[in-house]
Amino acid sequence: MNGDITQLWVYLSTSPLLWLTVTLLAYQLGVWVFQRFGFSPILNPVLTAVLVLVILLKLTGTEYQAYFKGAQFIHFLLGPATVALAIPLYREVATIRKTFVPILISLVVGSLVAMVSAVGIAWCLGGERVLLLTLAPKSVTTPIAMGISEQIGGLPALTAVAVVLTGITGAVIGDLVLNWMRVHDQTARGMAFGVASHGIGTAHAMQKSRVSGAFSALAMALNGLLTALLLPVLVSLLR
Amino acid sequence: MLGNLTLILLCQLIGEIITKVTKLPVPGPVIGMVILFCGLFLSKKMPAELESVAGFLHRYLPLLFVPAGVGVITNLDLMLRSWAPLAGAIIIGTAITIAVTGLVMQMANRRQKPDQQELQP
Repeated sequence: MNGDITQLWVYLSTSPLLWLTVTLLAYQLGVWVFQRFGFSPILNPVLTAVLVLVILLKLTGTEYQAYFKGAQFIHFLLGPATVALAIPLYREVATIRKTFVPILISLVVGSLVAMVSAVGIAWCLGGERVLLLTLAPKSVTTPIAMGISEQIGGLPALTAVAVVLTGITGAVIGDLVLNWMRVHDQTARGMAFGVASHGIGTAHAMQKSRVSGAFSALAMALNGLLTALLLPVLVSLLR
Repeated sequence: MLGNLTLILLCQLIGEIITKVTKLPVPGPVIGMVILFCGLFLSKKMPAELESVAGFLHRYLPLLFVPAGVGVITNLDLMLRSWAPLAGAIIIGTAITIAVTGLVMQMANRRQKPDQQELQP
C-alpha cells in the first residue's frame, strides 16, 4: 500500500497537471478568503495563494523548477495579458487627450519618485546592490517589472514578490495618504494608485470611483512603459 | 475569438523579435502592447471580440502573478537577510510615491483648468 502511494506520488510529481491544478486551487482559496472576510486589502488573493503554495512546496520538498513545469502554463499568459493592456489604454484615448499635460507631468515625476525612493531607502537601510536593482521596478505591473529586473541584473522572482507587496501596500495605505495630503481630485487619486501600485492599486481605485479607476489603469500602463524605457538607461548611467 | 487571440500573440511575437534584434531594453510584450495600441488607434475601431479576449485575460490577471510570486521560495535567504531594506523601500517608498503623484496631478489639473475654460466657453 505504502509503495503504491509512493509510486503514485512519483508519477504525479513529475506531471505538470498536479502543480497547475494546485495553483488554480490555491488562488481560488485566496479569492474565497478575500470575499469571506470582507474584502480586506490585506487578504489579497495573490498573497494567500503564494503563501499556501510556498508552504506546500516546502512540506513536500518540491523544487521550484518542478513546480514551474506545471505553473508555466499560467505564467505564459502574462505576456498576452500585457499586450492586451493596449485595449483599456485605447478606451481612454479621449480622456488622455483632454488632460494630456497633467498626466504627463505627474507620470514622469511619480515614476522617478517611485524608482529613486525604492533604491534610496533600500540603500540607506543597508541593502546590497542586487537588492537595489531588484527593488527599482517595484511599482510597475509584474510582467514588465520582471522583464526590467532581468535586464538590469536584479532577481526577477524577488521583484515579482516586491511588486505584489507594493500593490497590496498601496491598496492598504493609499486612501489614508491621499486624504492626509488633501488630494480629493479623482483623476489625481487614480494617477497616484496607478503609478505607485499598478494592477492591485487599480483594482482598489476602481472600487472607489470609476474616474479614479480609469486613470489608475492608464497610469499603470504608461508607468510600465516609461519605467521600461527609463530604468535601464538610468542604471547604465550609474554603472 | 481565436483570430483575436492570435492577433494578441502575433503582436507579442513581433515585440519579442524587435527586442531581440534591436537589443532594446524593453520587454517584448511591452512593444507588443504599443504595436496593438497603434493598430487600434489607426483603425479607429475596437473589435468586440478583442475586448472579450482582453476582458478574460484581465479578469484573472492576479492569478497570472502567482507562479512568479512562488519564485520567492528560491530567494528566501536573501529576503530574510534583507527584510529591513525590503520593508522600508516597499512601505515608505510606496507612501511617498502615492503622495507626490497625487499632489502633482492635482496641482497640474488646477493650473490647466482655467485655460480649458477659455478655449471651450
